[in-house]
Amino acid sequence: MSDGGATITATGLRKTFAGPDGHAIAAIDDISLTVHPGKLTALVGPDGAGKTTLIRMIAGLLKPDAGSLCVLGIDVAADPQAVQDRISYMPQRFGLYEDLSVQENLDLYADLHGVPQKERKERFARMLEMTDMARFTERPAGKLSGGMKQKLGLACTLVRSPDLLLLDEPSVGVDPLSRRDLWKIVQQLVDDEKLSVIVSTAYMDEAERCAQVFVMNRGRLLAEGPPGDLKKQAAGLTFTATPPEGMPARELQARLIDAPDLIIDAVPRGGSVRFIRRPEADEARFFELLHDALVEARPEEIEDAFMMMLRRQERQDRKTPAEPAAASVAAKRRDNPDKPVIVVRDLVRKFGDFTAVASTSFDVAPGEIFGLLGPNGAGKTTTFRMLCGLLPATSGHLEVAGLNLRNARAEARGRIGYVSQKFALYGNLSVRENLEFFGGAYGLRGKALRTRIAASLERFDLDPAMQSGLLPAGYKQRLAMATGLLHEPDILFLDEPTSGIDPLARRAFWHTITSLAGDGVTIIITTHFMEEAEYCDRIAIQDAGEMLALGTPRAVRKEAGDEGMDMNNAFIAIVEQGRAARNRKPSAA
Amino acid sequence: MSASGFTTRLVALTRKETRQMLRDRSNLVVGLLLPVVLILLFGYGLSFDVKDARVTVVLEDSSPTARNIVAGLHGSPYLAPTWETSMAEAERMIRAGETDAILRVPGEFSARLAAGEGGLQLLLNGVDSTTASVIEGYVDGALSVPMQQQADRAGNKPAGAASVTIIRRIWFNETGESTWFLVPGLIVLVMTLIGAFLTSLLVAREWERGTLESLFVTPVRPLELVLSKLAPYIVIGGIDLILCLLAAKYLFLVPMRGSLWIIVVSSLLYLLVSLGLGLFISAITRNQFAASQMALLASFLPAMMLSGFVFDLRNTPVVIQVISQLLPATHFMGLIKTLFMAGDYWPDILRNCSILAFYAIVLIALTRRSLAKRLD
Amino acid sequence: MAGPVTYIAQVLSLIRKEMLALVKDPANRTLLFMPAIMQALLFGYGATYDLTHAPYAVLDQSRGAASTELLARLDGTGVFERVATLTSSGQIAAMIDSGEALLVIALPADFEARLAAGREAPLQLILDGRNSSTAGLASAYVGAVVAAYNGTRGVSTPVTIERRAWFNPNLESRWNMMPALIAALSMMQTLLLAALSVAREREQGTFDQLLVTPLTPLQILIGKALPSMLVGIFQSTLIFLIILFWFQIPLNGSVWLLYLGLAMFTLASVGIGLSISAVSLTMQQAMLYTFMLIMPLMLLSGLLTPVRNMPEALQVATFVNPLRFGVDLVRRVYLEGATFGDVAFNFVPLLAVAAVTLPLAAWLFRNRLA
Repeated sequence: MSDGGATITATGLRKTFAGPDGHAIAAIDDISLTVHPGKLTALVGPDGAGKTTLIRMIAGLLKPDAGSLCVLGIDVAADPQAVQDRISYMPQRFGLYEDLSVQENLDLYADLHGVPQKERKERFARMLEMTDMARFTERPAGKLSGGMKQKLGLACTLVRSPDLLLLDEPSVGVDPLSRRDLWKIVQQLVDDEKLSVIVSTAYMDEAERCAQVFVMNRGRLLAEGPPGDLKKQAAGLTFTATPPEGMPARELQARLIDAPDLIIDAVPRGGSVRFIRRPEADEARFFELLHDALVEARPEEIEDAFMMMLRRQERQDRKTPAEPAAASVAAKRRDNPDKPVIVVRDLVRKFGDFTAVASTSFDVAPGEIFGLLGPNGAGKTTTFRMLCGLLPATSGHLEVAGLNLRNARAEARGRIGYVSQKFALYGNLSVRENLEFFGGAYGLRGKALRTRIAASLERFDLDPAMQSGLLPAGYKQRLAMATGLLHEPDILFLDEPTSGIDPLARRAFWHTITSLAGDGVTIIITTHFMEEAEYCDRIAIQDAGEMLALGTPRAVRKEAGDEGMDMNNAFIAIVEQGRAARNRKPSAA
Repeated sequence: MSASGFTTRLVALTRKETRQMLRDRSNLVVGLLLPVVLILLFGYGLSFDVKDARVTVVLEDSSPTARNIVAGLHGSPYLAPTWETSMAEAERMIRAGETDAILRVPGEFSARLAAGEGGLQLLLNGVDSTTASVIEGYVDGALSVPMQQQADRAGNKPAGAASVTIIRRIWFNETGESTWFLVPGLIVLVMTLIGAFLTSLLVAREWERGTLESLFVTPVRPLELVLSKLAPYIVIGGIDLILCLLAAKYLFLVPMRGSLWIIVVSSLLYLLVSLGLGLFISAITRNQFAASQMALLASFLPAMMLSGFVFDLRNTPVVIQVISQLLPATHFMGLIKTLFMAGDYWPDILRNCSILAFYAIVLIALTRRSLAKRLD
Repeated sequence: MAGPVTYIAQVLSLIRKEMLALVKDPANRTLLFMPAIMQALLFGYGATYDLTHAPYAVLDQSRGAASTELLARLDGTGVFERVATLTSSGQIAAMIDSGEALLVIALPADFEARLAAGREAPLQLILDGRNSSTAGLASAYVGAVVAAYNGTRGVSTPVTIERRAWFNPNLESRWNMMPALIAALSMMQTLLLAALSVAREREQGTFDQLLVTPLTPLQILIGKALPSMLVGIFQSTLIFLIILFWFQIPLNGSVWLLYLGLAMFTLASVGIGLSISAVSLTMQQAMLYTFMLIMPLMLLSGLLTPVRNMPEALQVATFVNPLRFGVDLVRRVYLEGATFGDVAFNFVPLLAVAAVTLPLAAWLFRNRLA
């Protein structure tokens, strides 16, 4: 649409920050790249790769230490305002004014961008329709669910057609439906208005939609090219393994991922395990490993290529690749495996006249991994807070380890561990100090505390002296887990523990979870990554406070229509069926 | 960008700031309710004027002469004398805080008086030194008439003979009412607290919540951000100013000898300084906790203690005087007291207003600079 | 696992965490002691009601020996400093208006002659009343100088009043102000720290994490209250040392009683702070409500003006103000050497405030936001 030339040209770009120990850390280390107009361009990479720093430099918020950066033909370091007048930018946490209503937020940004009144009407209508928020224009932004906030942020960013749109991890913490909506909006704008978009993301399926992908790691560019070209390096190495009847897919996956010299990566999906074979893997040992599984080749995806690149880097950097193997998958089950540890009957929670959780019932058995899924605002967090005793239920019966934690004696809380949605540890304390505090709060002291801390530090590969607020997202998550597990709880509650974490860290996280479940720990987890539901023994899908589906992942997929479909699509299908049914109900009445 | 872009954005941002201010009730509590509370407290609660000071008289000499002299205490409207026979009991009372002073008439008073040197003892609790001095003055005054009569009777030189007398004229505040100087000072305090408590959180909050990052990457200019954050609080400050002026005139009957418009203009100028200081602190700390502490320490407390509000700067060491001269509050404090009690004194008005204007411009320029759209 | 040792160990780990969070940040560390020291010094020098410097101007139309001697006596006090010698009464207004002179002494042309003739000789004293207390003091000083001068001329009354001021022999206002600051200055930060302690954890989401641990509300309360109290007492100690060694105001009472009083006073302040914290949703609210409260607490404490000068209704209201009893207690123990029996009553309102606010805060921890 503009200049005809490149949207962005960067040469030898460099940006350093002072690290916690005073040494300079290069967040961006000699990056040169060219982005072409009218296309979707993705930046992918693990945590700390420098994606956000690069985007902020493009937006003129950070000044490069070396190299040149031209955006829309303007030297952004010399005249950031000229760039800022023409681009739109959505930071990771979009700065919505939570005390202003949806409409007031939109008006503010429209005024700031100087959108004329007559264009505005049409644009707002379109944005509200695309984000499905026309009903909520009067609601304060702070009262919206996470996914809605993100969509409103995008709408505020898109009140006018910019020459370049920058999106920094727009889909973190957003449920699959909202994620689909978000991308639909972006895609439409690219198609209709030939918008140039740069998006950073941790979702590989999102990278797959882009015309050009830049893979970054530790401030450097690992690879670039169209997804089709990038994924070629995985050609011929990608397979699907179906476990024998009766074996959960995650058990097979655990076996595969514990053989890093044969297998690059393995994840459960749709009842089978997708894996990447190491090209130099010994044939005999490879077949030995998969003796009981049905192995089929599958087309390679960009995620495969990405995992290969990261694993290669990881091997170069670290001596020990993965975490200590969770050998104890041989279950140390509870004495009475049939008696459920969590019993929920007709649980209801209302806030005023708004029903957050409506008549929900389920049981969780000891040692089970129970996934609680649902779109943003479905009532998952409310259910969670009631289970942990942070919120009283309006009505219904609730039992965790035989007690209602709200009224139970304090010691009962010592049997549960809780990892909340956003990082909720003390950011200005070091890793060790956080562990010491929570250990102490759970009544650990002396030698017992020291032993547990040493074990946790090793298990989660944490540096005890680091200030926890400055840890990269993946390590913060590990610390939160370490804290939640320090007192060896029987039941572990995890609220969206993997939001905003790169695929590598997620693999490691689930590795820990499955081994804990193997040890008999009961795990209740919520997530927006639907493929992670495959790790669960059973899942429940909630929407608008109601339970839509409950069962094993396979059963839920079947309920959605097709056992073979992936969890993401199954989830969307179930939620949409549920919503359709709900919309029919009032009209029938 | 064109001038109309500037206006549109400024209006939009100002509307946003106003809405945010109105939606959090704690802003209004501090912005409007606190000034009213302060007005009432200063007008009615705080007073240096000692009333009914408790003086315990220990009359060890019960001669008519002694009685006659001490009876003078009853004539004073400021003293509430009580009688006690035992000095030990009176001393206990002063220790227990049951009385403020002891006037002791020693047993041999009349006898020594006859010899020309009758001595009375006044024992004061010096913990509250100001009150003690005031009581001393009252007792002196109350006893002076009977003492003079005594002197006349004793046949000394006639009163007033060849002696220097003082004709006192206290300008501006003839009766020495403390509300007269507390209430104009209150205007300084109220204008300061809006800046220190309300605007000091504004920018820091946006840094903490990450809203500035989104705002930066728009055509918004830093100056527009600054002006839009000032505007709603100027209105709040204006309302408070009106409240203060009304209270001064109709509630506390403080004279307003200077022109109203100069009072208003200089107050608004100082309001701008105060808001600018709050915003500047907010913009450089980027953290609500630090900002509030800084504002309290750098702006509010000095305005209360070191601006000449209650404590006269003339009595402080040079260092303190230099520090206080650096405070904008000191200049406004001097000006507003003069305007209220003395009238339009132009050299003062021009000097202080230009100092205030200088501070306002510098602070707003500094805030604008610290809001340069950068994250590093 | 809930033995008493474990119980205490749990509380201790919470206290340790709170203290660490306070002292880890260098900016925070500075905030813990710098403001207290700076304010103690600034206010020690700045917050004085004593008249130490009174610039004056003279309009001497008599120019005789008597007027010269009188003015020499005035200059001899060390308080009065002649800044100008006027030649006409038209110049008086400018001297006073500009604030150059606090007072103008005008001696009429017949001053000398009247005195010589054995008659009353009036002098005119014009004072700047913009600060009524300063004006009053200056007037009294001039009066004393004139009385002394009259005395040398053989005019005196047979009755003299001998003044003795207990506890503060020179009636220095600094002696009155500074011990009160031991309580008043530390209260501001104690209150703010306590008010922010829970509000900050709420805003950052760590409070939920705390509530799911086996800690009881009472343990959380102790763990939150003690660090704030320690900070308050630490600051009080700094100010106390400055007063004792820098300003050299002698301590008459028992240090133990002083600290017992401070501990009670700080406990009551922390109780108020934690209650604010428990009702506030954000740090901003906690801060604003604290400021809203601090102002009246300060003004109605007797710090600046005596409580007894206030109207009856307000005097009653001061009974819920811990600062009033804190200030009174510290002043009396420090300056008067009051014993426990003397100040026992002060503990009653302090304990009452703590007994209401602390349980309220503990209850609110769990039930707010429900």
